[in-house]
Amino acid sequence: MLSRTADHLYWMSRYIERAESQARLVDAHYRMSLLPHTVETLAQSLNSTLRALRMEEAYRERHAATVPRSVFEFVSLDRDFAGSIFNCLKAARENARAVRGSLTSELWETMNSTWLEARSIAARRAGQSDIGQFVEWVKERSHLTRGVIIGTMLRDEAFHFTRIGTFLERGDSTARILTAHQNDLVPGADAGVVPDPFAWSVLLRALSAFEVYRRVYRDVITPSKVAELLILRDDMPRSLLRCSKELYSNLKSVANGQSGETERRAGEMHAMLHFARMQEITRNGLPAFLAHYLESLRDLGDRVASDFLVPPAEA
Amino acid sequence: MGSTPYNELFLEPGVARPHYARYTEWLSDQPADRLAQKRAEADALFHRVGITFAVYGQEEGSERLIPFDIVPRVLPLEEWIRLDSGLKQRVRALNAFIHDIYHDQQILKAGVIPAEQVLCNAQYRPEMQGVDVPGGIYAHIAGIDIVRDDAGEFRVLEDNLRVPSGVSYMLENRKMMMRLFPELFSAHRVAPVDHYPDLLLENLRSVAPTGVADPTVVLLTAGAHNSAYFEHAFLAQQMGIELVEGQDLFVRDEAVFMRTTLGPRRVDVIYRRIDDDFLDPLVFRPDSMLGVPGLLTAYRAGRITIANAIGTGVADDKSIYPYVPDMIRFYLGQSPVIGNVHTWMLRREDDREYVLAHLPELVVKEVHGAGGYGMLIGPASTKAEIEAFRRQIIATPERYIAQPTLALSTCPTFAGESLVPRHIDLRPFVLSGKEVSIVPGGLTRVALRAGSLVVNSSQGGGTKDTWVLEA
Repeated sequence: MLSRTADHLYWMSRYIERAESQARLVDAHYRMSLLPHTVETLAQSLNSTLRALRMEEAYRERHAATVPRSVFEFVSLDRDFAGSIFNCLKAARENARAVRGSLTSELWETMNSTWLEARSIAARRAGQSDIGQFVEWVKERSHLTRGVIIGTMLRDEAFHFTRIGTFLERGDSTARILTAHQNDLVPGADAGVVPDPFAWSVLLRALSAFEVYRRVYRDVITPSKVAELLILRDDMPRSLLRCSKELYSNLKSVANGQSGETERRAGEMHAMLHFARMQEITRNGLPAFLAHYLESLRDLGDRVASDFLVPPAEA
Repeated sequence: MGSTPYNELFLEPGVARPHYARYTEWLSDQPADRLAQKRAEADALFHRVGITFAVYGQEEGSERLIPFDIVPRVLPLEEWIRLDSGLKQRVRALNAFIHDIYHDQQILKAGVIPAEQVLCNAQYRPEMQGVDVPGGIYAHIAGIDIVRDDAGEFRVLEDNLRVPSGVSYMLENRKMMMRLFPELFSAHRVAPVDHYPDLLLENLRSVAPTGVADPTVVLLTAGAHNSAYFEHAFLAQQMGIELVEGQDLFVRDEAVFMRTTLGPRRVDVIYRRIDDDFLDPLVFRPDSMLGVPGLLTAYRAGRITIANAIGTGVADDKSIYPYVPDMIRFYLGQSPVIGNVHTWMLRREDDREYVLAHLPELVVKEVHGAGGYGMLIGPASTKAEIEAFRRQIIATPERYIAQPTLALSTCPTFAGESLVPRHIDLRPFVLSGKEVSIVPGGLTRVALRAGSLVVNSSQGGGTKDTWVLEA
């Protein structure tokens, strides 16, 4: 397929995934904001989340204090902030429109109506708004989009590049959310220190892992199990291992004459996570582990671009 | 002027023409609120599917719908048979003409058309002189604009031989009508149109460079910001071919390749939807970012087919239009089945004299104008506008032609809740390759403003589904 087409598909799915990740984060914090006595924890969690998502600077340019309502508005619907959910949906749709002929009509119509609806939601709400409802809706649209992709697309290159975008973005997002909470996940937290129940619930909810945790461990929430679930569980759809595995297998399906090294690096990342143990990761330091993982993902993203999406001229 | 336009639906007030009888019966049974609801449904669907055209310079609202009217334009079979043969005849002659002027120029030597009219025309491409194209076909896709005059006669108003658009609306309008009013299609035998993309692909493959067994066809677009982008994407998808931009193609060793995720892939036929001027920055406009450097070299070497061919514009120019009936006689030895609209050429002294004396009742057009721009509609213009045009004509008469103000036929059209007569035209799409083919009907455009004769979508026109009744 055309390199430019693959590029648009890749970014379309990245932006949709990004919108969903941010919607989950807003949703988790929004629920927390409805509970009593959470003001300080909430502000802390919002600050570290903004930092991990690299949105802190842009937020400070607009607002002095970390007011939950302002953060929610900023992340969700700020038209002037390129990273807002609103603008992610816009970018996803623009990428889809550039290759609408390569999408199934169901997928194009889903992308297009998501954007039209987002635009009218943004226009409707003058001040009084229901953020909770908006992020719920964004999650639903993302679920729908994914369902349409899986349910209607031919399993060809277009599908694999769409999936590569999804899993690169998802791995990135999970790692960033973990980074925002890395201090709650230190080994000492298991013994002695009472884990902060709010922080856990935000973290788990933001990754759709709250119910999964209970189901898998049938136990009280402990930091090391949370970390294990989100990093090393193969059956957890948003875990780092799962994302790496999907990334590797989709990359193998689109291999071309020059992508060997990219595939090898993706395989290496997958193998490393597959055989890793939690004690070892924590012994060497979770923050360093997460930083390394994010750096490897960035490298893979660059390599995918130069191998497939934006090949050098005359290639 | 002063004549009553031909009404496509009514024979006389209250009496429908026979081919509309069943439709009007159905229409009179429809409650007003059902029709209103169906019209709203059509709007919502067109928005969701994104059947829009881009409007430049407007943020966020920069994609607009072309208004769709739910009353179909119906043609009885016998009228279509005549149109079909007349259109094929005309396009055959036009292709023969283009081939001739880029080769022996017999028609010029025979004095049928003054040589300077062709050779000094800005649309004449000397680069094409002596270049052989597969099958001698230049205008692979032609959109011929047909109007019906007050006497009920069909006439050709304009030939579009460069990058005619609108066929996607023909297809989407039919899909919409079948979705909104399926019962109408069980009550009528409406000739299908949805095989157009198959015909088009077959046609494009049939004109691939000789020796290519399984040709790769691509559609070349200017990109998502082009006003007809929806149509480009739509046709590429329907044909299952790649929709490419200039940046996706490159020329190496006089062959054209596209950049794919698996490396370069050879391209054999380019269905281009950008103008000649932008195709190859090495030959035409050097500032063009839309084209492919070196494309013309590959083309002249016969390694790639470009559809439509380069240089077809010389045959659809308004200064050449008056000669098309002569071309039909010259190349085919036949008399034209569909006539032209009478045209005065203002570079001729007699014609000019007449036209200057009758400006308030005539339509004057710039020979290179398109899209309803740069024209004077005498009866609808002020004295000052007419005088301004008069000065332009006297200064550069060769830039203008004039035609009588036609009372274009009308078709009932919804304006709010009520049906009103509005002027319409018809653009059938004629495909030329190994054979010449047309899907029955075409795109009917309608001028939505009362009294307006301008049907172009850029000027507030809408569209209708077009039915050819098989029985």
